[in-house]
Amino acid sequence: MKAVPAVANPALVVTSADFLLSMVEARWTARNGDGSKMETGIRAQQELEKIEQQIAKLQAAPGQNEETRGQIQQLRDRIHALRQQVSLHRNAWEKTELARHPQRPYTLDYVERIFTDWSEIHGDRGFADDPAIVCGMARFHGEDVMVIGHQKARDTKQKVYRNFGMPNPEGYRKALRAMKIAEKWGRPVLTFVDTPGAYPGLGAEERGQAEAIARNLREMARLRVPIITTITGEGGSGGALAIAVADRVLMMENTIYSVISPEGCASIMWRDATKKDLAAQALHITAKDLSELGCIDDIVPEPEGGAHLDHEAAAALLDEALVKHFAQVRALPAAELVASRYNKFRHMAQFLQVEA
Amino acid sequence: MTWFKRQSGELDTSGEKKVRTEGLWVKCESCRQIIWKKDLEENLNVCPKCDKHFRIDARTRLANLLDDNQYEVFDADLVSTDPLKFVDLKAYSSRLKQAQADTGLKDAVINARGKLNGRPVVISAMEYAFIGGSMGAVVGEVITRAIEHATDSKAPIIIVSASGGARMMEGAISLMQLAKISAALARLDEANVPYISVLTDPTTGGVTASFAMLGDLNIAEPGALIGFAGPRVIEQTIRQKLPQGFQRSEFLLEHGMLDAVVHRRQMKAYIARALEFMDQSSVVRRQSSA
Repeated sequence: MKAVPAVANPALVVTSADFLLSMVEARWTARNGDGSKMETGIRAQQELEKIEQQIAKLQAAPGQNEETRGQIQQLRDRIHALRQQVSLHRNAWEKTELARHPQRPYTLDYVERIFTDWSEIHGDRGFADDPAIVCGMARFHGEDVMVIGHQKARDTKQKVYRNFGMPNPEGYRKALRAMKIAEKWGRPVLTFVDTPGAYPGLGAEERGQAEAIARNLREMARLRVPIITTITGEGGSGGALAIAVADRVLMMENTIYSVISPEGCASIMWRDATKKDLAAQALHITAKDLSELGCIDDIVPEPEGGAHLDHEAAAALLDEALVKHFAQVRALPAAELVASRYNKFRHMAQFLQVEA
Repeated sequence: MTWFKRQSGELDTSGEKKVRTEGLWVKCESCRQIIWKKDLEENLNVCPKCDKHFRIDARTRLANLLDDNQYEVFDADLVSTDPLKFVDLKAYSSRLKQAQADTGLKDAVINARGKLNGRPVVISAMEYAFIGGSMGAVVGEVITRAIEHATDSKAPIIIVSASGGARMMEGAISLMQLAKISAALARLDEANVPYISVLTDPTTGGVTASFAMLGDLNIAEPGALIGFAGPRVIEQTIRQKLPQGFQRSEFLLEHGMLDAVVHRRQMKAYIARALEFMDQSSVVRRQSSA
């Protein structure tokens, strides 16, 4: 067993933590003071995490007096304040990095924490089973639901197996098949979106990626059971929308939803992929942006610093939001549900009527 | 007076090299044949030597498909609000103005009511020359209105696609148009009104991944580029050369994604035949007379 690292001199640790924290604070203020890019949110985030670990060690160590405890609390307050600053000023590109954070909870992480009685279903009955999308029957607070979601992975082998969360046509066809099962037996559908996009591969084109997505859009629009979609990470264009034509579309706080990736947009419009932060800003892809544009219905808060820091807390917050919306859509009769879903998407437009 | 003095300003050296005979002769990109432009136009802009289908504008499309070039344009009064105030190297608002000036359209689609072999139809024809035929809020709205009009009036609808996909400069709003149009098509489907999707060069991205693939029949012109992802993106992803003819109409036909590849000259007749087949009034007549 590894011994608890001895904290030789608590005062020294406090001083060094204090010093590091002032550095982060100073850089952060400089950045937001004159708008120069001294620091990205992700870097500040990582440094804060390191300082926090140090403090945690100190707290665990024996032999503290009243003074050290007070100092520790002060440090924690400062970190908290700074975190709030960072999240308030987090720009679109930083949100993109968070949305793609490898430690973010993925669909199966939420399934484990929010649902019970999970039974996965596989295959599109035509070609293959696509591991980039998972579907399954589950219970949500005792009620039977169909869960459908993109699935990413953390280690290389699994990443390849899940194709980095980029579905092939059979993934979308499996999802539709699952939705039809849910419709037949009157069960609500909950979908979770986290994909860079539908896979742009040779086989995908041969097997009709476009047709698979298009069909899902049309069939979801008229599905006679409630659908709630949550963007839990990346909402990559048509590949995301293909399971997101829902009565309620929720976005978690640090996620993005876009017609094209910031890199893709930058390389087309700026002819320079490094202009991705400019593109991210211009595309309006954050939860706040989408809410202002009227494309989503609600924003789900994340634990301080982001969902990747605390899967339990993130799942609990998501659960709370899902319970609220679930109750609302569950109450509507099927015809009304389909009509209001239609009207919602029907009015997603901004245009002016002028003299022809 | 000097002999070689330039009378007015700088010469315009931008763009393609223009020759004096410009406008009279065209070179076929496919077989490199030099064609007299009038011959080409009389041949519906199809190369007389190799049958390459040249891109044509939305108005020519309508003229080719509708009887006596007679039609009534509707919903031509919608313009984009530039919802994101999008600026890249150039402002989207100025790109829009430029495209409007170049095409004489407000956005990348024309809705028209007319007759096809005597049968009243609704046509939405996309205009590729308008920012690559890309689909933002206006294109989405205009096509949705055409579908709703068809649903209400029970007139068959034909959508002629020519588009690079969703319009980046309107961000997520563009993406939502895919859902909006597809939802309208679900209603059209339930109302049993025929929808013929005609895919022309090029039809890619969000347009293919929504209404272009949802026709009762999906038919394409020969040699059109049709796909979800662009060929360059696919090449970069899989890191290998794409096979000859990949994502062309004939390739899609072979893989079961299209009902037919139809020559421009036969397009009208093919659609007319399909609409005859789908005509519900004749079904009722036959049943009642039996």
